[in-house]
Amino acid sequence: MASVALTHLDPASRAAARGWSDLTIRNLFIIPTLVFLIIFNIFPLIYSLGYSFTNFAANRSEPWQFVGLQNYRELLSDDHIWSNFIITAKYVIVSVAGQMIVGFGLALLLNRSFPMKGLITTLLLLPMMMSAAVVGLFWQLLYSPSWGPINYVFGLGDFAWLSNPDSALYAVAITDIWMWSPFVMLLSLAGLSAVPQHLYEAAAIDRAGWWYTFTRITLPLVSPILLIALIFRTMEAFKTFDIAYTMTTQPTAELIAIRLYKQAFQQWDTGKSCALAYIVLIMVLAITNLYVKYLNKVKER
Amino acid sequence: MAHIELKNITKKFGGHTALTSLNLEIADGEFFVLLGETGAGKTTTLRLIAGLEKPTEGQVFIDGVDVADWGAAERDVALVLQQYSLYPRYTVRENLEFPLKPKIRRLPDAEIKDRVARAARTLRIEHLLDRKTDRLSGGEMQRVSIGRAIVRKPRVFLMDEPLSALDAKLREALRTELKNLQMQLGATFLFVTHDQIEAMSMGDKVGVLNHGRIVQTGTPQEIYNNPRDTYVASFVGSPPMNLIDGKLVDNRAVMAPMNFELPLSGAGNAADGRPLVFGIRPEDVYLESGAPVEAHVHDVENHGVEKILTLRVGDTMLRATVPARTDVEIEQPVRFAWNPDKVVLFDKGSGVSLRHAS
Repeated sequence: MASVALTHLDPASRAAARGWSDLTIRNLFIIPTLVFLIIFNIFPLIYSLGYSFTNFAANRSEPWQFVGLQNYRELLSDDHIWSNFIITAKYVIVSVAGQMIVGFGLALLLNRSFPMKGLITTLLLLPMMMSAAVVGLFWQLLYSPSWGPINYVFGLGDFAWLSNPDSALYAVAITDIWMWSPFVMLLSLAGLSAVPQHLYEAAAIDRAGWWYTFTRITLPLVSPILLIALIFRTMEAFKTFDIAYTMTTQPTAELIAIRLYKQAFQQWDTGKSCALAYIVLIMVLAITNLYVKYLNKVKER
Repeated sequence: MAHIELKNITKKFGGHTALTSLNLEIADGEFFVLLGETGAGKTTTLRLIAGLEKPTEGQVFIDGVDVADWGAAERDVALVLQQYSLYPRYTVRENLEFPLKPKIRRLPDAEIKDRVARAARTLRIEHLLDRKTDRLSGGEMQRVSIGRAIVRKPRVFLMDEPLSALDAKLREALRTELKNLQMQLGATFLFVTHDQIEAMSMGDKVGVLNHGRIVQTGTPQEIYNNPRDTYVASFVGSPPMNLIDGKLVDNRAVMAPMNFELPLSGAGNAADGRPLVFGIRPEDVYLESGAPVEAHVHDVENHGVEKILTLRVGDTMLRATVPARTDVEIEQPVRFAWNPDKVVLFDKGSGVSLRHAS
């Protein structure tokens, strides 16, 4: 199958002069990547699966034992872990929904010609290009109860965004929305500009109003690319660590990734944290699978 | 149904002038064809009427009302484009229903059903109604897009080269269908094309557009028999009118470069001695053994019912349409004459026909 897709080597090329076949060249390109993937991704993945069935601890030299499914059993019956999952779910829903709305809204605004469009688009993309840890630290300053600009602008007095247990998680979600809406915007813009102009003209001639045109033409045509943005953002939001970790220590904002980090590198419960990592992985895979199924359905229509 | 008038329309796109003080009047219920080459400004004219573009100068009137401030929706026109513009992902039925369903002017369901059914019957696409539009052939797509125009009963139908993406057979069939449809609906049609055969066969009236100006408006017969200038003469007709430089001397046409003469009656003496262009349709050039001019057959094109000969006199080529049974060979010497009543005289400098100039 694969060899059918290969193009034939130009007999005058240098590669041909060295006696290489197109298969050799294909292998030259692919093998380094494969080796890299196996060493740094596949191998640790399988190795950690092994650890997840043991009581191994990376900071101790004592021999470890095989404990079967005990790690999984303990994790799945631990209320603390479940509350972490619920926190994560809330966070994913709020931050992804926010990013989709803000990002798509911005894309709708930008999808026309106006002066300095390129410059404005680039500036809007900046948050996404920053390091998440830096973003977290800056927003910590912005949220500062006594002299932070956010409380000043909205007249909220000394409201403690990040140390109030009710608001900490949402404060982090707002930061995440600020940082990642541009990503949704970029994908949406690509989708919107791929809608042929003549369809809008035809709709105008057919006397369709703005909302009718938007729901009947724009949305169905950009929905596949919006779904792709949704998949990416959900996966990323599910494993958010850096922003949340730098911004707050509130237990109400303890996402599953933070829990995992603490278990692995503060409690040094390596075997158990491998098991937890696998639980998270399976969940993300399940959610992504649902999306991809739905995406294929949307595309078929 | 509506009467349309364009007054002094100029349209510029940046530094490029697409239309220059264009005047056009289309009567109610008329099939008007706008004929011109690519880039002549035909599509721009349509888009101005549809309200998709605003004129730089001038006014558009629909039924005597200046529609400058009206958007496309308010003008109530239908536009059929060359690229069909069907809404993707929808079935044919959903496409036909689209213009009937916006909330503001939503029709009762029974009425929608009835109109869609009637349009489908008229265009013979009933069997396609539940098919997705991406599974249609070009001809079917174009029918659906015409269908979307007729379900709405608009005041004017604007058609932008709707047939030019179709293959020849289908184009001929749809040509007749469209003409019938227009008569059946009694609607005003503005049809844009670069194909002079479409223009001649469909139009009640034809407007010839050249470089953003209307050169001539008239019935197809007027345009064909009495072209206003050499541009129209050479654009309309297949093969086009023969245009030969010459002078008029004593009721005889004297062709300047290679000195052949032909009799010409009724031109009067006004044009005597002045540099002219003589225009004669190929079907008005005939071969005859005793005819005044000798030529060589340069090329023969057999069209079945007739042959189109290219004759060579000196360096000048001219075409003659002769019956298919005429037996000629390439390089054979023949003698030809013209029908002197059918000759059109153009001024050499301006290219304008003397009949139109006076």
